[in-house]
Amino acid sequence: MSQPYMFEKPLGLRDTLPKAQQELSRLEMIFQRELICWGYDFIKTPALEYAETVGRASAIADHRLFKFLDAEGHPVVLRPDMTTPIARVAASSLRKEPLPLRLAYTADLYRSQRKEGGHPSEFEQTGAELIGDATPYADVEVMSLMMSLLEKSGLESVRLAVGHVGFVNAFFYDLVKDNARVEELRNLLYNKNDVGFHEYVDTLGLPEKVANQLNTFVDSRRLTNEETLAFLKSLVTGASATVQAYYKNIIELIHLLKLERLDEKIDLDITLVPHLNYYTGFVFQGFGGNLGFPVASGGRYDDLLAQFNRPCPATGFGIRLDRLMSAIKVSTDRSTQKKRAVIYDRENVGKAMQFAAEEREKGHAVVLQHADGIDNLETFREQFDAVNYFLERTETEE
Amino acid sequence: MNKSVITIAMPKGRIFGDACRLLRNAGFRLPETFETTRKLILDLKTEPFRFILAKPVDVPTYVEYGAADLGIAGKDVLLESGRDVYEMVDLGISKCHMAVAGLPEHQSRNPFLKIATKYPNIASDFYRRRGEQVDLIALNGSIELAPIVGLADAIVDIVSSGQTLRENGLVEYDRLLDISSRLIVNPVSYRQKKTQIDQIVEKMIKATEGTKVGMD
Repeated sequence: MSQPYMFEKPLGLRDTLPKAQQELSRLEMIFQRELICWGYDFIKTPALEYAETVGRASAIADHRLFKFLDAEGHPVVLRPDMTTPIARVAASSLRKEPLPLRLAYTADLYRSQRKEGGHPSEFEQTGAELIGDATPYADVEVMSLMMSLLEKSGLESVRLAVGHVGFVNAFFYDLVKDNARVEELRNLLYNKNDVGFHEYVDTLGLPEKVANQLNTFVDSRRLTNEETLAFLKSLVTGASATVQAYYKNIIELIHLLKLERLDEKIDLDITLVPHLNYYTGFVFQGFGGNLGFPVASGGRYDDLLAQFNRPCPATGFGIRLDRLMSAIKVSTDRSTQKKRAVIYDRENVGKAMQFAAEEREKGHAVVLQHADGIDNLETFREQFDAVNYFLERTETEE
Repeated sequence: MNKSVITIAMPKGRIFGDACRLLRNAGFRLPETFETTRKLILDLKTEPFRFILAKPVDVPTYVEYGAADLGIAGKDVLLESGRDVYEMVDLGISKCHMAVAGLPEHQSRNPFLKIATKYPNIASDFYRRRGEQVDLIALNGSIELAPIVGLADAIVDIVSSGQTLRENGLVEYDRLLDISSRLIVNPVSYRQKKTQIDQIVEKMIKATEGTKVGMD
C-alpha cells in the first residue's frame, strides 16, 4: 500500500460522528434497560484474547482474525465475538456461581474484511447469553428477548427465522451415514446453494427414497410454518432417537412461541444454517426494516464451554448495532436531543453560570459559551433550539 | 398482507434475451419494448414488479445488498463473486461451461503456468484443488488473445459453442464445470416477502421444466 493520506483509517474501520453516536447511545440505553428488566447482568471482557484459547474456540475463520504478538511474544487476537469470551468467563471466574447464568454485554468486535463498503471490520454488538439451561424454555427466552429488543429499538416489520442445526446434522447422518457427506450437505445449506445441494445429492448414488427426502428437505424452506411442521412429522417417523428428540424440541418451541404471541413473526426454516459452527441446536436470525442483511443472530452452543473445561449447555444471541442503525428509519426530532446555548460576557459570567447550572439540574442540555470565543455568531446560533444572551446587563432569550 | 413491490435485477447482454423469454413463459407480462429499451429501470403496470437492468457481473451485488430482491445471474458470476444470496433455481438457460484452453501442443517454459482469465477466483480455486501453483493474469475480455501473443500459457474462460476457440486456433485442455443461469434471492427479502417470492420461485420452476424438456 502507498503512504496513507492523513485522513485515512485502516481498512474497514470508521468514525462514529456525533449524530450517529447519539443514535447509538439511544439504542444502547434502550437495550441496557430491557436486558436488566429481564434479569441479565452486564459484564465486560478484554478486547485482546489469546489466539490459542478464545481465538481458536471462536470459530471465526483464521484469515478474518486480527492477530498479532503481545509483549511476551504470545499470539493474541482482537475478540471476533463475545460468546466465546463469555464462555471463558463462565467456565473460569464464574465457575462457582449457581446455574443458570444470565449475562449480557455491549462490546466492539473485530473481524478483518477484504470486501467493500458496508462490511466494517469493527462493529458494536449487544447480546445476551443464558448459560446452564438445556431446555427449549431457555431457547424461547433468548428468542423472545431478542425480539423484544428489536421491537423496542424502533425497527419496523421485525421477523425471526428459526432453524435447528442439531436436527439437520442428525437427520442427514441418518440418511447418508457419513460425516464428510453430512458436512458437505450442511455447507451447501450454509452457502444457500439449493441448486448445488440438488446436484450433490444426485452424485451420491443414494436410493431414490433417500435422495427424495434430501431434495424435499431443502425445498421445505418454501413451506409455511404449519406445512413445515407437518413435513417434519413425516420425516421423523422411523428416524433415530436423536432426530425424534430434536423434533419434540421443535414442537415444544413452536408451542411456546405461540404463548409469547411471536408465532406470527417467526418463519420456521429447518434449512437455516448460520456460519458460526459451534452451534448445536436451535439457530435463529432477526430481520427488519429495508436492510439486505440480518441485524441479529443467535443459537444454542452446548459444546463450547467444554472447550474451556466446563461442559455446560448454553444459548444466546447478538444484535449488530451498525446494521440495526442502517435498518431503522431515524426521524430527525428523535435523533437530535434539544440543546440550548447560553452566550455571555465578562460582566454576566456569574449569572450565566447559575442559569446554566439550573437548566442542567433539570436535565436539559446547555452549552455555556463566552461571546468572544464564537467565530461566527450567525452560524453558531443555528445549531441550537434556544439561545439565551447574558450580555452587558441585558438578559434576552430567543 | 398487502403486496409490496418486488425488484428483480436482470443481466443485460448475452443472457438477457434468454432470461426475458423465460420470464414470459413464467407468466410475467413484460412490455414488448423490454428487450430494446435503453431504460435501466422498468416498472410493470399490471403487477407490482420493478426490473433493474444491470451488467451481469453486478447482478449478485445488487441482490446481496438488497437493492434488488431477486436476480438472474450466471453460475460463473456467482462462483466468482461469492455473494451471500440464495441460489434457488437452476433456470437451465444460457448454458455453457468453464474450460481451460490454449494452443495445441503448447509446452510451457515458465516455472509456474501462467493463466489468463476473467475469473481469477474460480481459476485459483481450480488449480489449488489440483495441487498446482499457477500465476494468474486478470484480463477483462478477448481472453483468447493471451496464449496467442504469449502473454499466458493457457486461459480459463467460459465456452458456449467453442467457435471463438476454434477460430483463434485454441483447443480445450480441461472442462471445469457446467454453467447456466440461476435465480438468486436476497436472504432478508426472502423473509420479508416470503409468500410473494415463493410464488415467483414456483412459477420459474414450472417455466424451467418447460425449457429443460424442450432442450434435452
